[in-house]
This record gives sequence, C-alpha cells and structure tokens, in this order.
Amino acid sequence: MVLRSLKSLLVLAFSLFVILFSNGLFANDSTKTTMEESPAGLHEEKEGSFNVTETILEHIKDDHSWHIIGHTSIPLPVIIYTDKGLEFFSSSKLVNEHHEPVVYQGNYAYKLIDGKLKAVNEAGELDKELSKKVWDFSITKNVASLLISVTILLLLFLSVGSAYKKRGVTSAPKGLQSFMEPIILFVRDEVAKPNIGKKYAKYMPFLLTIFFLILINNFLGLIPFFPGSANVSGNIAFTMTLAVFVFILVNINGNKSYWQHIFWMPGMHWSMKLFLAPIELIGVFTKPISLMIRLFANITAGHILVLSLICLIFIFKTIFASAIAVPFAVFIGLIELLVAFLQAYIFTMLSAMYIGMATEEHHHEEAHH
Amino acid sequence: MFLEINPLVLPDVGLVFWSSVAFIVLLVVLGKFAWKPIMTAISEREQGIETALAKADQMKAEMATMQGETEALMQKAREERATLIKEAKEQSDKMIADAKEKAKSEYDRIVADAQLAITQQKNAALIDVKNQVGALVVEVSEKILRRELSNKTEQESYIQQLAEGVKLN
Repeated sequence: MVLRSLKSLLVLAFSLFVILFSNGLFANDSTKTTMEESPAGLHEEKEGSFNVTETILEHIKDDHSWHIIGHTSIPLPVIIYTDKGLEFFSSSKLVNEHHEPVVYQGNYAYKLIDGKLKAVNEAGELDKELSKKVWDFSITKNVASLLISVTILLLLFLSVGSAYKKRGVTSAPKGLQSFMEPIILFVRDEVAKPNIGKKYAKYMPFLLTIFFLILINNFLGLIPFFPGSANVSGNIAFTMTLAVFVFILVNINGNKSYWQHIFWMPGMHWSMKLFLAPIELIGVFTKPISLMIRLFANITAGHILVLSLICLIFIFKTIFASAIAVPFAVFIGLIELLVAFLQAYIFTMLSAMYIGMATEEHHHEEAHH
Repeated sequence: MFLEINPLVLPDVGLVFWSSVAFIVLLVVLGKFAWKPIMTAISEREQGIETALAKADQMKAEMATMQGETEALMQKAREERATLIKEAKEQSDKMIADAKEKAKSEYDRIVADAQLAITQQKNAALIDVKNQVGALVVEVSEKILRRELSNKTEQESYIQQLAEGVKLN
C-alpha cells in the first residue's frame, strides 16, 4: 500500500514537474531577453536574472579555481609550458576581486576566456596563433579532485594491503579489509574470471585500479561541496585517458588469432574477408571510444540532471519550487549512486571483455567450408 | 574543428596528462603494494581452505576405514572367544567324561576284585566246610563202622551211597 501511494505521488510530482518545466523554459527565455536589453547593468542584473545553461555548464566544466561557497574559492596553481619554458603562478592572479578574468603578464599575456587559459594580445583579445603554443598543465579543479581521489585510494588500499601482510593468510579479514575484500572478489569473480579466463591474474591489477579509480571519482563527483563537487569521471579527457590505456593494453596483449580475426577472418570466402577487414579494424577503435563516451555521458548526464532540478528553484525564484525540486534531486541522486557503481562496473567489465577477446585461444578446425 | 562546438567534448591536454600520471602512479604503487599482497593473500587463503577441506575429507575416509578395521578386529576377537569357549567346554566335557570313564572302570575293577575275593573266600569257606564235613563224615563213618561192622555188605553199600552223596555236593 505504501509503495502504491508512493508511486501515485511520484506520478503526480512528475506530471507537475513536466508542466512546470515547460514554464521554466519560457522563464529562461525571458531572462535572456532582459539580459540583452540591459547590457550596461550586467553585474547588477546577474544577481536577479539567471542563466540555467551557463550555471550548469559552469559546474560541469573544469575550472582554474575551486569554488567553495558564495564568493569564496580556492585558487589553484597554474602550470603552463610555452616555447619560453615552464611557468608557475597562482590562479588568483587571473581574476580580480570581483572574480572577473583579468590579463596576467607572464612570458606572454594570459587571460581566462570561457574558463580556459589563453594567450592574449595587448588589447586583451584572444590571440589564436599564440594560444596554440600554450600547453596548460595547470592543477585545475578536476586535477585537484583527481589528486584527492588518488590520495584516498593510496591510503585506503595501502592500509588494506598491509593488513593482509600483517594479519596473515589464516586469519579472517577485519575492518576496512573485510569491507574491501568482497568488492575485490567481485571484480575477480564476476568481471575478470568469466571474461578473461585462465590468464585473469595478470590483468587483475589493471582492472582493480581502473575500477576503484572510476568508482571513487564517481562518488566524489556526487558530493555537492568541497572535497567532492568536481566532475572528473564526467570529463572527456579523463575517460579518454582510461580508454586509451585499455586500448593499449588490449592491443599489446592481442594474440595471433586476434589479429587474424581482424585482418583475415578465418573460415570465410576471400571476398568476405576483404569486406570484413575494414569493419573489424574500425571495431578496434570503436571499442575504447564507446568506453570513453559511455562513462563521460552517463556521469555528465547525471550531474546535469541533478543541477537542472536544483536550478528549478532559481528559475521560479520561489521557495515552493524546492518542494518538487529537492525530492526529485534526492531521487536522482540515489539513482546516481547506483549509476556510479554501475558505470565503474561496466567500464571494468567491458575492458575485461575486450582483453578476453584479444587473448582468447581459438581452436578452429577449419572444417567449415 | 567540430569538437570546439561544445566545450564539454573537447579534452584538455592538462587533464589528459594528469590523468595518465595519476593512473600510472596508482597502477604501479597499488599494483606492487596493494593488489599483489591482497591477491596472493586471498588466493593463498582459498588454497588453504581447499587443502583443509580435502584433508578433512581424507581424514573422514581414513576414519571410516579405521572403523571398518576395528569392526573386523572385534568380529575376529568375538569369533576367537567363541571358539575358545567352545574348546574349553569340549575339554571340560572330555575331562568329565574321562573321569567318569575312569571312575567306572575303577568301580568295575573294585567290584570285580571284590567278587573275586568273595568267590575265593566262598570257595575257601566251602573247602573248609567240605573238609569239616569230610572230617564229620569220617567221624560219623568211624562211629558207624564201629557199630555196624557186622553187616559187611550192607555196610559197604551204605558207604558207597554216602560217598556218592558227598560227591554230588
């Protein structure tokens, strides 16, 4: 009964949400027009008007400073490499006291344009040619968050690893060790063993690292305040890096039959072999690309969804909107918890599957002619 | 470039670099100090449990065979006891039978001896009686002879008659 009433409540809330959301779009349009009408009082207008897309993108995107609360944000170190060498400076030098981007004179003149560090000319305008020479290796919000998660992982698993060394093999796991062991066993028994087969042990460190790195970044991304709030696993650069590592691992370990199946499919007519070779070759690249896009899109979509729901309150400028927005945000947040685990699992499982496909021993009798 | 349409799908060089560094550091450090000891410990424990279980099974089988052996030993002991009892009984029966036999033969012998002695004594007594009867006969005959020697023929027939009567005894 409780479930049923909850269900009908959800249906009601959802229909209300749909109705109100269409109004929200309308409201969004009206704020845009007001902004266009009065460009002079932009700073004043910003307090009152509200641009949803910009707000959400600002949270999704990487940043050179870490916003904490209100007007407080932590400046992060900027590291850039140009043809004149490495440069280090604080990102606080790139903004004035109103958090507006200003020109910083280093080896070249730098300015933040749309949140990205670019080289500018004397007039403060974007210098596209010069910007191509600027390699930005800054500790951005995402990098800082990544470093936090690396620290957490190191602390967590070094202590678990030493617990195994200290407590020995015969005693039962305890504390953190007993919390992590089922997850490690899950990766081994549900991910590595069924997909890779006998040689699974060789790939366990890679799979465990990739699984826990994605998992912790997914979880940290769900925390809406300081140690979390960055969108690392929803950033295409991060997912691309992981996908490239999977791509390298798969193709380094690919055996003879893997390459044979790509370039010269056994048991087919020669015309079919010619036809299949380019398709299979594309498949080599689409596999890691699908990994990259899947993780990026899932996590980013989750963040956008939660932020959109919260933005409803600011679109309507009424506290009553939170009556709908907050329960929905909580609901989506819970789903995101599931997705955080699920995406880490799927990424790891597909990686294991690709490794398994590349290292599989085929026993073709060549009897099918 | 089409990637620049949306800033979200444009990967930053910096984050690619730091992600690679982070991943490689994690892979190397955790691989050496966490995953390796954890995986070896887990597999060792699993092997330990497996061998322990196998050993327990083996022990069980051994126990079963040992139980069978004791059972067989018990059976054997029981059989031995039964045969021992049987033998003892036979022995005692035989001893009793022998003793009976012996007693009987002794008794027979004693009875035979006794009979012999009785017969001998009876014979001796008879001889004695006969001697005494003979003496009496002689005495009587003497007396008769002294008295009736006149009638000689009659005398002789009578003696003959007497002597015959004595022989008959």
